[in-house]
Amino acid sequence: MKKLNQRAWLFVTPVLLLVAFNALIPMMTVVNYSVQETFGDNLFFWQGIDWFEQVLTSERFHKALGRQFLFTFLILIIEVPLGVAIALAMPRQGFWVPFCLVTMALPMLIPWNVVGAMWNIFTLPDIGLLGYFMNHTLGIPYDMTQNPFAAWVTIVIMDVWHWTSLVVLLAYAGLVSIPNAYYQAAEIDGASGWAVFRFIQLPKMKTVLTIAILLRFMDSFNIYTEPFVLTGGGPGNSTTLLSIDLVKIALGQFDLGPAAAMSLIYFAITLLVSWLFYTLMTMNDNKS
Amino acid sequence: MAQITLSNLRHSYRPDPADDDDYALKKIDLTWDDGGAYALLGPSGCGKSTLLNIISGLLVPSEGKILFDDRDVTALPPAKRNIAQVFQFPVIYDTMTVYDNLAFPLRNRGRDEDIVKRRVTAIAEMLEVTGMLSTRASNLSPDNKQKISMGRGLVREDVNVVMFDEPLTVIDPHLKWKLRSKLKELHQRVRATMIYVTHDQTEALTFADQVVVMQDGEIVQIGTPVDLFERPAHTFVGHFIGSPGMNVLPCEVKGGAAFFGGEQVALEGPAGGAADGKAEVGIRPEFVSVSTTGGGIAAHVRKVADIGRHKVVEAIAHDSRIHAILEGDAPNAGDAVMLDFKRSQTRLYKDGWLASRPEGDVR
Repeated sequence: MKKLNQRAWLFVTPVLLLVAFNALIPMMTVVNYSVQETFGDNLFFWQGIDWFEQVLTSERFHKALGRQFLFTFLILIIEVPLGVAIALAMPRQGFWVPFCLVTMALPMLIPWNVVGAMWNIFTLPDIGLLGYFMNHTLGIPYDMTQNPFAAWVTIVIMDVWHWTSLVVLLAYAGLVSIPNAYYQAAEIDGASGWAVFRFIQLPKMKTVLTIAILLRFMDSFNIYTEPFVLTGGGPGNSTTLLSIDLVKIALGQFDLGPAAAMSLIYFAITLLVSWLFYTLMTMNDNKS
Repeated sequence: MAQITLSNLRHSYRPDPADDDDYALKKIDLTWDDGGAYALLGPSGCGKSTLLNIISGLLVPSEGKILFDDRDVTALPPAKRNIAQVFQFPVIYDTMTVYDNLAFPLRNRGRDEDIVKRRVTAIAEMLEVTGMLSTRASNLSPDNKQKISMGRGLVREDVNVVMFDEPLTVIDPHLKWKLRSKLKELHQRVRATMIYVTHDQTEALTFADQVVVMQDGEIVQIGTPVDLFERPAHTFVGHFIGSPGMNVLPCEVKGGAAFFGGEQVALEGPAGGAADGKAEVGIRPEFVSVSTTGGGIAAHVRKVADIGRHKVVEAIAHDSRIHAILEGDAPNAGDAVMLDFKRSQTRLYKDGWLASRPEGDVR
């Protein structure tokens, strides 16, 4: 009989441990909280799926989820076309390439809470450069601390400013990898500028754009720091996105059970949408 | 269909070329006859792709004119010239089917859908891709992709010229042969002018009726494959075509006769050319015979390579290396041998250019 070789465990165990400690075990504690009630003192009472029911039927959760989807939708609908447009406009060679690339990368290097603080100061009606200019020079009432619409405009523009570069850089990487012969062939075939975009550039960018959209979806759907620093979820609850609401429940109200159930639902939605999107984007790749 | 004339063409990629070295194309005057099969042969960087891109309109020459028949097209963009070009790497539109790929150039020009259908069906038939018409083009193998690229070039009626820029580079060796004969067959069927750019002599010589050999931005010789093989106009052509290339030996010319290492070498005929300048004798390995007893130039064999069909003998005489191609028995390395050059194939070159004439030639 062939002797079984168990050495493979040597290679697999470190990864298993790593994944266990940074993902599985923390997640299981959340699962643990989500089905129990606790009043402290390490005393737990079995609760079943009550918390899940409570979260799923609560109007507050529906509203936060709606705001979250609206925010993510706005982010994707603005950042992806804008990012592609900027990438198309960027030079492919020459002196300005490094300049453009570095300029594009700069916003992404700034920490999230600094971005929030920057935009907070920038847009304050009486002292912020933009806020003062809008209110006192142009005479357009603009106060993101009082007006929900202004608050929304501000958090969306802030995210566009912070993260469009990611789409730009990925789309640009896709564009520069297109061999020149494609453009030459299209020229000889008499293709219009739109046809070149539609049949050459867009298909060649598809893979990187899939990644870009996926990353922007996950990041914007889980966004916390920037709107929290900028508006704190206000005015009222108008910019209370899912993660801000989650932190309010978990740390503000200390309702650990419902917060845990909400985390799991939140996680499941992110996973489901990402999976659906990726499957849809790649399902035609291997079909003949 | 048109005759293509290149007149006084010069091209430089620099904005302000100073001397000849700055030009990728030095001075080209050339006429491509309507319906001919041409090959443009030369080493990498000799300017052949530049020349091709100028004919197709992807590049505008620094100086000179391009005429299609009598029409000056120098300033016209590629789409207006009614030409087709096939590139080194197959260019296909990934998201389209094979049918849509082939139809693309016609649809861009606003042709009726029934004309499109007729043309695409005919071309697909010719290229033997009818069964793939509804397949997505991105799933094809490289050789089929390259066929589709060719098809997009041929699908338009009356293209002035179809140009191929090293189209077989990415094709597997056993499929190269098939595609090459397909091309030849296509040329006979559509009778369009075709220009085939390559650095591979086999491809050039099998495809073309006329081969244009280029070096350093200049045309060195234009001729049939037989011309290029038998009477290279320049030692470069002698080196470049043939395997191994022509033997080029330093010599002295005294009183119309050539002397290699002090021994007279009988030339094909009278020597011409400049009185001074570097003189060389050129003889193809195919026309060098090797013996141990007969007359000729004494040499010793350095090595013998058996390449299957024949043996290549490398011998040294007067410090020069001479190749000979032998069928059957060959001497061994280290042997002392006598080399004899076939007189009618022994040429004289002055400063690289052919300077001898065949016996009886009274030019």
